[in-house]
Amino acid sequence: MTTTVAGPTRRLMEGSEAIALASIAAGCRFFAGYPMTPFTEVLEHFARCLPEVGGTCINAESELEAVGMTWGALATGARAATGSTGQGLSLMQESFAEISLAELPLVIFNLARNQGDYFQATRGGGHGDYRHVVLAPLDITETVELTQLAFHLADQWRNPVLVYGDYLTAHVQESVTIEPINFGSVPAKDWAVDGSRTGTGDARLLSPLGIAKVGTEPVGIEAHLRRMTAKQAEIQRRETRVETGFVDDAETVVVAFGSPARFVRAAVRELRATGERIGYVRPITLWPFPSDAVAAAADGVRTVATFELCAGQMIDDVRLAVLGRAPVVGIGGISTDGSGFGVGQLLDVERVRERILAVHRGGPDAELPALPDNERALW
Amino acid sequence: MVTIDTEHPPSNARQVGALKPDLLITGEHHLCPGCGEPLALRCLLDTITELELTAQTIGVMGIGCYTAFSMTLDVDLVQALHGRAPSVATGVKRMRPDATVFTLQGDGDMVNEGLQEVLHTAARGEAVTCVLLNNGVFGETGGHMTATTVLGQRTKNTLEGRDAAYHGYPILIGDLLARLEGATYVARGSVHNAGAVARTKKMVRRALECQERREGFSFVEILTMCPTGWFIPTGEGPGYLHDTLGEVHVMGELKVDGRIRTTEELHAENVARQRDVEARLAAGGLDD
Amino acid sequence: MSTITSRGTITIDVEACKGCELCITACPPQVLSMGTALNQAGFHSPLLHPGCTGCAACLFVCPDFCFEVFRFEQPMATAVPA
Repeated sequence: MTTTVAGPTRRLMEGSEAIALASIAAGCRFFAGYPMTPFTEVLEHFARCLPEVGGTCINAESELEAVGMTWGALATGARAATGSTGQGLSLMQESFAEISLAELPLVIFNLARNQGDYFQATRGGGHGDYRHVVLAPLDITETVELTQLAFHLADQWRNPVLVYGDYLTAHVQESVTIEPINFGSVPAKDWAVDGSRTGTGDARLLSPLGIAKVGTEPVGIEAHLRRMTAKQAEIQRRETRVETGFVDDAETVVVAFGSPARFVRAAVRELRATGERIGYVRPITLWPFPSDAVAAAADGVRTVATFELCAGQMIDDVRLAVLGRAPVVGIGGISTDGSGFGVGQLLDVERVRERILAVHRGGPDAELPALPDNERALW
Repeated sequence: MVTIDTEHPPSNARQVGALKPDLLITGEHHLCPGCGEPLALRCLLDTITELELTAQTIGVMGIGCYTAFSMTLDVDLVQALHGRAPSVATGVKRMRPDATVFTLQGDGDMVNEGLQEVLHTAARGEAVTCVLLNNGVFGETGGHMTATTVLGQRTKNTLEGRDAAYHGYPILIGDLLARLEGATYVARGSVHNAGAVARTKKMVRRALECQERREGFSFVEILTMCPTGWFIPTGEGPGYLHDTLGEVHVMGELKVDGRIRTTEELHAENVARQRDVEARLAAGGLDD
Repeated sequence: MSTITSRGTITIDVEACKGCELCITACPPQVLSMGTALNQAGFHSPLLHPGCTGCAACLFVCPDFCFEVFRFEQPMATAVPA
């Protein structure tokens, strides 16, 4: 294997490798993870590439260790990340909650088995009042950008940022260039520990408990939590990202995110070319959710349709954004082959187009084209 | 009965022991009367000072009564989740290999909630020092059984004493860790009397020296009194520790320079040491 | 009257004491006893009697960091009732 880290390179690579290389370009020097399909190759690429730049990748004994190690690395001021599939991230939720309260700039990669981790990603999944910034890339080019943005935003806000991809993000190969992206400066890490303040009377404490060293300004858990909440509101104001297309005169608007949004966008473009007044909204940040853009797009339409590769979770946020301006219906659904990795029959532009057209013509109560049972097992 | 003034320091004497360890911002704390944890903490902090590791030490705190010291320790600290300190310490050490990294955890934290963490960290041979404060109960919740509670020990959820058939057997974590290749130094001390404290301090010193030499994982388990969680008068704490926990979790160096020592060896050494300590105390001092 | 020699002495931070009495049994020459006075928090604290060796056993076992320990350049003799 040739050296792949140094210098900008434009070449064909799968998303897993792009994530590792983009992370390194962003300055990430620590990664810990536990193998789990379809995330495994992200770990493989980090394990191969991080030592080349003097970084460390630990094949952790479990997700619990992985997130704990990353916590420690972050505490020293390093850019560090962990990841898994949604299942593995379930194991890390306790740490995610507390890392958020400790205000450490964690970056998390979810290479998920479907879009049913939406609630896990956007609602927290752990305990307490915290939110993660959630970025959902469309393709590998955007994955390279959003991976680097994740490290920037994490440092900017001292808040975890989750990149929510899927099987396609991990394994589709695209030709991409990876070089550092300058998103501007971030605050100095004047909170990190290196041991040098021990014994000086000025030692630091990185705690999620809202406590501080005796003699420093007392914080208190209530004030600490209120400050967290205020920070979340500020993130919502400033970091919402969304792509919209053809919404101005649309009669039907489709909302979708991540890789499936690519299928939706292709279908909508095809339908537009035939004169159908259909638009789309693609949340790039799932939290903060682009409620204003969704609300604006929903104004005056007959139907808002959501296309998700799960039973329907983002639809709740869409309904909250639309607030009764238009009926909201789900046109996605559970779709997987025997592998269980979410790459099922719905991931097909033809099928997506059929479903969009069904609600576009028939309105919110339209019957959706049935999918044949898919009982084919992988083995 | 003649009483000596203990309010004012004497003018014609040299100080041989200070009120509080240098690495505590204040000695004030809200742990219970008779608690052994501050004694163990003193062993650790004074040793860090004596080895001149102060300007390079990072601590990772578990969750238990001792967590209260995170506000008064003049040490760069990372607060971990219950049980997860060894992994956090791993991340710290990998990114700051020149730092001295320790964890401070209780038996509920390390042996119950986070057993796999400490085992894997030891097996990996991470050059960190894990310090366990083992009192055989969840002190902070009010005296409940942990994985190190000894058979027969009464706790709030083993009211008739821990029964092996019903509650299972205690884990001797030091013995378990000593078996792992990556663990270089493993010792079990106690703070039930001054001699034990002095001996434990030496164990902490050896563990930190082992880390400084990057020889692998080092571990010191320190048996501590918890009269509140044991439901006994404070004055009975040291005796209860010695006779109850100490009988099962036998004190001594369980692994030195990679050599594992048997419980019989430790017992024999303990008898000899006790004689020595008594002789030295009679002669007037332990501070060498 | 007779005299008892003290090679060392201590100071006690009475207000920090929680009255656990660990020092009483730990003291090898047994020159500590519990006093009857209460501190602000309502705890008894120890009293020192002649005969301290400055061994620091009290300091080693004190959970509340109450003790400072000193050794005299020349041992002190204290007169006590016979």
